[in-house]
Amino acid sequence: MPEEVAPREVFGKTLVELGKENPDIVVLDADLSPSTMTKYFMAEFPERFIEVGIAEANMIGIAAGLAANGKIPFASTFAVFATSRCFDQIRVSVAQSKLNVKIVSTHSGLSVGEDGASHQALEDLALVCSLPNFTVIVPADGVETAQVIRAVAAHNGPCYVRLIRGKSPIVFDDNYIFQIGKAALMRQGNDATIMAISTMVAPALEAADALASEGIKCRVLNMSTLKPIDIDAILKAAKETGAIVTAEEHQEHGGLGNTVARILAGQHPTPMELVAVKDKFGMSGKPAELLERYGLTAKDIAAAVKKVIKRKV
Amino acid sequence: MYNDGIVNVSNNPENKTSAANSNAGVFSSSEDLAAVCKRLRRDIVTMIAQAGSGHPGGSLSAVEIVVTLYWKVLHHQPADPAWQGRDRFILSKGHAAPVLYAALAECGYFPKAELDTLRKIDSRLQGHADRTATPGVEMSSGSLGQGLSFAVGSALAGRLDKAPWRVYALLSDGECDEGQTWEAAMSAAMFKLDNLTAIVDNNGIQLSGFNKDIMNVDPLTKKFDSFGWHVIEIDGHDLKQVLDALNQAKTIKGKPTVIIAHTIKGKGVSFMENNVDFHGKAPNAEQLELALKELA
Repeated sequence: MPEEVAPREVFGKTLVELGKENPDIVVLDADLSPSTMTKYFMAEFPERFIEVGIAEANMIGIAAGLAANGKIPFASTFAVFATSRCFDQIRVSVAQSKLNVKIVSTHSGLSVGEDGASHQALEDLALVCSLPNFTVIVPADGVETAQVIRAVAAHNGPCYVRLIRGKSPIVFDDNYIFQIGKAALMRQGNDATIMAISTMVAPALEAADALASEGIKCRVLNMSTLKPIDIDAILKAAKETGAIVTAEEHQEHGGLGNTVARILAGQHPTPMELVAVKDKFGMSGKPAELLERYGLTAKDIAAAVKKVIKRKV
Repeated sequence: MYNDGIVNVSNNPENKTSAANSNAGVFSSSEDLAAVCKRLRRDIVTMIAQAGSGHPGGSLSAVEIVVTLYWKVLHHQPADPAWQGRDRFILSKGHAAPVLYAALAECGYFPKAELDTLRKIDSRLQGHADRTATPGVEMSSGSLGQGLSFAVGSALAGRLDKAPWRVYALLSDGECDEGQTWEAAMSAAMFKLDNLTAIVDNNGIQLSGFNKDIMNVDPLTKKFDSFGWHVIEIDGHDLKQVLDALNQAKTIKGKPTVIIAHTIKGKGVSFMENNVDFHGKAPNAEQLELALKELA
């Protein structure tokens, strides 16, 4: 078993490092700092930590005001509350205003588990990706998360970073260099491409390994930057492998699969299968049980690859 | 179509680096402010008529507040809208953009002739205030209820930097329907933001009728008082009362101040006064002529 690390733990510790390096970093939370791990920053820099209580709309507005005056605010809460709860504030006060606000959500997707549907954000990426001026990133593991948090701090403009509740197996080694807008090649192969984000990257690798033993060589791409997405990597994969499977813990609408399909429909139509949540809300259960119930496992990805390969031109 | 203002701006280069001098950036004008108010009202009805759409009622009700701020209270430098030492004026009621545009033009942020481009394609003067389009506009508004939060964030930034500048937010009474306004009000008191002054343009009318019939926001003074704010109640068309209240707010320590300014929607144009129809309707040519006659 590979080593497992909670990305939100890495996020919290990285914020403290950034806080030491840059006095303009400020952190906001909406009564969830023990869970989002902004508690580390709060302990280290209480004067730069802003607790807004259970008031996400106000949190985003305050973050916008801070950014308009030269601060680099990181506003953090669970993904359901960080997006749909305050979407209009994100839309007008941040995106339309082109302000340097960093929204980092945790507890995204079905893998929240037992808390159930109200707490399982499956549409946050669709919402945020629909806004002009936003950069949207979904890191795959702790190694990538540390770099992503640093990258968005250095990037001038609105950013959304989506993290999960649980631990992620480490999929990158220490030589990995994250760049905003660049897909990462995880496995080379030319029979099909699996494009995955976040919790689906490790199952994608597992599926690729299983398929390799049957003689099917899959390319695997980690598409952590959803916006601006790596169009070159998508087109290259479509042209060289001719079949694409996307995998995400998100609604089929407006997520990774839709984004890739939109690009390919216009530039290089390619057979695709989307491994995603099919227009359903979540429910309570253990994370692994839920991922299996909703068809988001390595087995589901492998089956999708076999299905799409049959449609190759 | 628009008269030029008679306003002088302090352009002392030292002001660009320090606002310690309490008069840095403040306008000096020999002109009577009542005359300035009248001219701004003419600009407002003229530009909205020219645009063919817009919100005259809530622009006209806020004229004395905006003029007192820009002529007597705010430290600002129209030639350098991003001047660090400026006081921040946040127009939360973004549909009243015409009153802000008229003041900014009069102060010299952009040519007055540009007022004719209001709401037209490619104009810097968008239908609702837009910080990315117009020099001197601090915040993009238009979706009500967001301005006080933005003002809280600005005031927190100023305090973190130990900066002397202050934050002023102009709210409508109608937008006090929005829950976010009260989230922000609660936090401003919690954070003891005495560098923040909110002004509520309490004209009693929202888009579809009188507040008391649509959604009663009263008693606003008691509400803000119970939220932990220092509350001042004034006649929002009495220039002396407006100035005194804004000056008093600067002396209040340990809590934010709100000025509940009782105003008349459409103030200055008889047929627009207290008339819900002119919340969001442009005067036609005939009405404009009549309005300008009254405002002569």
